[in-house]
Amino acid sequence: MTDIEAGSRGSRVWTNGVLPTLGVVITIAVWWLATEVFHIDPFYVPSPADVVDKFLEMPGFLVQESWITVQRVLIGFVIAVAGSLIIAVTLAASRTVERMAMPVLAAVNAIPKVALAPLLLVWLGFGNTPKIVMVVLVSFFPVIVSTMAGLTSTPTDLRELVRSLKASWWQTFVKVRLKWALPQIFVGLKVATPLAIIGAVIGEVVSPDHGLGSVIVGSSASSDTTLAFVALVLLAVIGVVLFYLVAGVERLLVPWAKAISS
Amino acid sequence: MITIDGVSQTFKGRSGSVEAIRDVSLEIGDGEFLTVIGRSGCGKSTLLRMIAGLLKPTAGTVSVAGEVVRTPRRDVAMVFQKAALLPWRSVEDNILLPVEIFGWRRSEYRPRAEHLLEMTGLTGFRKRLPHELSGGMQQRVSLCRALIQSPKVMLMDEPFSALDALTREELAVELQRIHMELGTTIVFVTHSIQEAVLLADRVAVLSSRPGRVRRLVEIPIPRPRTFGHNAHLDQVAGVSAELHSLLLSDDHLPASPQKSH
Repeated sequence: MTDIEAGSRGSRVWTNGVLPTLGVVITIAVWWLATEVFHIDPFYVPSPADVVDKFLEMPGFLVQESWITVQRVLIGFVIAVAGSLIIAVTLAASRTVERMAMPVLAAVNAIPKVALAPLLLVWLGFGNTPKIVMVVLVSFFPVIVSTMAGLTSTPTDLRELVRSLKASWWQTFVKVRLKWALPQIFVGLKVATPLAIIGAVIGEVVSPDHGLGSVIVGSSASSDTTLAFVALVLLAVIGVVLFYLVAGVERLLVPWAKAISS
Repeated sequence: MITIDGVSQTFKGRSGSVEAIRDVSLEIGDGEFLTVIGRSGCGKSTLLRMIAGLLKPTAGTVSVAGEVVRTPRRDVAMVFQKAALLPWRSVEDNILLPVEIFGWRRSEYRPRAEHLLEMTGLTGFRKRLPHELSGGMQQRVSLCRALIQSPKVMLMDEPFSALDALTREELAVELQRIHMELGTTIVFVTHSIQEAVLLADRVAVLSSRPGRVRRLVEIPIPRPRTFGHNAHLDQVAGVSAELHSLLLSDDHLPASPQKSH
């Protein structure tokens, strides 16, 4: 009630539509200008026009490879999120388990995943599985940490309230703790989204078969820098789309979060 | 309705133990409005939480309706200093939270929720979210939530202390009306003499550290009482002055927890 309304429709379009587009356009313009002004050899840094031309040479192939990477990212991400939520709930429910498991999880997270890639190759061979496993390994940790932080941050007054109502553990968990944790869980999801893409690319670079990671490996073999740039741009686009997808789901599920954090 | 019998509470912490409440005995009648008043840290809230069954007394017993309290009861409702509303639930859904937790049928209690909203002047706010309401309105919602279960006893822990002065007075007068209408037994913790005098049948003045009942003061002023001009100003001034001196004289007692009368 005391909040100032979020502004008219026009100003929302401005902040949510025009400004982000403008940011992207300026970035591309600076990139272009830099390649023109400093006469950079396209072999080192191609201009945006070169990149677009390259994409248009083989759009079908690139879209197909992108789709393969996206599938690996999505499958891995879903597995990572589901697993992390289960693990986080278990850890938040039992202090004993938390104390035992946390150092192990932190240690697993600290291992450079690139170093694991050759091992995954030995264990799981080629194909989709090692890539998906890599996605899971790279992206699980932020979700666990943020979910646990959320589950243990229930305010004292709400805890007292449900205690005074003699709510069961399950009622407390579902009706209060989990809901209260959602905004923080989404922080973790937003951190994990780009990590999932990085994981897929690591997997594909180490054992190239398909996907944009493999395209990058192939382009360096044929000294096709522009093609590598095309792959990078496509990865960036995938990253942005997935990030805003998660943010969109967040706005649907926790529209109240903004109001209480301000 | 409530019998507090020789209740003490000592908290054991890392830096030794703190005696919060020592040997408090009180008898609170059916439909009585008892205000517990005392300075910060005198164990007022501790006493309330023991009546609620949220905290086990180190010594003595608390009984409600003839049964010893060991765990929270459904006929005892609490109102906290903060409204403690779930931010994702509408006003109505917040009020129906106890109904859900008790496993009662929501549809049966909707009319009652509607009636309570009307009673507290919140008609039309049923579908709003808590953050869209002012502090005073939020506290009204939490009052409705406490009343939905038709409690025999309502325990209120400084419920208006986070509000601005005018809203406090407004809500205090409203609470008086609700008490007169429903006849619920109410234990109301506050540090405001004004609130105590407006609301209470009796005021229990607690001394600080450890909390003990220093005096039980009767307020024989007829209801409905009002702030500002009324026919009983002399009486109000008299009782207020008495409570004032009881609370302030606490200052001159040594802070030592061993001190007793």
